[in-house]
Amino acid sequence: MMRMFMKLKRLLKIKILIIFILTCLSFNNTAISSSFSEEQTINITKNLRCLICQGQTIHESNSDFAESMKKYIKGELESGKTKDEVFSSLIEKYGQWIVYDPGISRNTLLLWSLPLLLFLIGGVIIAKKIFRKI
Amino acid sequence: MSDNNIFTDFRVQTLVEEKTINFEKFLSGKNFYLINIWSSWCEPCRDESDKLLELKNDTTIMMIGINYKDKKKNALNFLKLYGNPFEEIFVDKKGTISINFGAYGVPETFLINNDNKVLKKYVGPLNDEDVYEIKKITKN
Repeated sequence: MMRMFMKLKRLLKIKILIIFILTCLSFNNTAISSSFSEEQTINITKNLRCLICQGQTIHESNSDFAESMKKYIKGELESGKTKDEVFSSLIEKYGQWIVYDPGISRNTLLLWSLPLLLFLIGGVIIAKKIFRKI
Repeated sequence: MSDNNIFTDFRVQTLVEEKTINFEKFLSGKNFYLINIWSSWCEPCRDESDKLLELKNDTTIMMIGINYKDKKKNALNFLKLYGNPFEEIFVDKKGTISINFGAYGVPETFLINNDNKVLKKYVGPLNDEDVYEIKKITKN
């Protein structure tokens, strides 16, 4: 009887230990995923224009709408959306204007290619002048 | 969601009864829906309250309020003081519903049709011209 009691006691201890380890692991996972979405939120908000206080990023701004935007983005990331999906949903709502670094699209092609075009035109002008002298 | 459509598939709580419902299911039975984002602490919201009350008489429109980052007590006092133009008011405690709509600030008003297409968006308080324009759209 005593041996049986000791065995049960040992089993109970093992169970408690397993529950403790699992709780720790799950808490750790939640903390990691929360800090990951926090970091992702910061990365995204650093590239978003503040809606009312233009000239500032959403990350820098403490306005009501900037705070709402931060919460919205964090919620979207926690629901499983990727960084790109969050960006495209915000562009869909607010237009390309909201993004500081707009990326290459049909609307921004000219914006992106303009420096290269100017560089090439400048190069052609300089080359022409050099060859004329020779 | 296309370019001109508003996102409506989310759960939201009503201000008075504190009931949680699906916003999309609420949008039925009318040709037009006027969604107004407002708050009791927002000064310009007071200026547009009479314009909203005027639009309340248009039977083709369902007036919906989104109470942005407000206290229930203050919101109800505001409605008592300036009149309640809304058929239903939903709470946006975190402000994320307004972001979902693509709003820029408070007040802001969206006129949508029964396909959830945004026909007009008014940033800032409504004025007489806006009311005229809304009435013109809903008459056609």
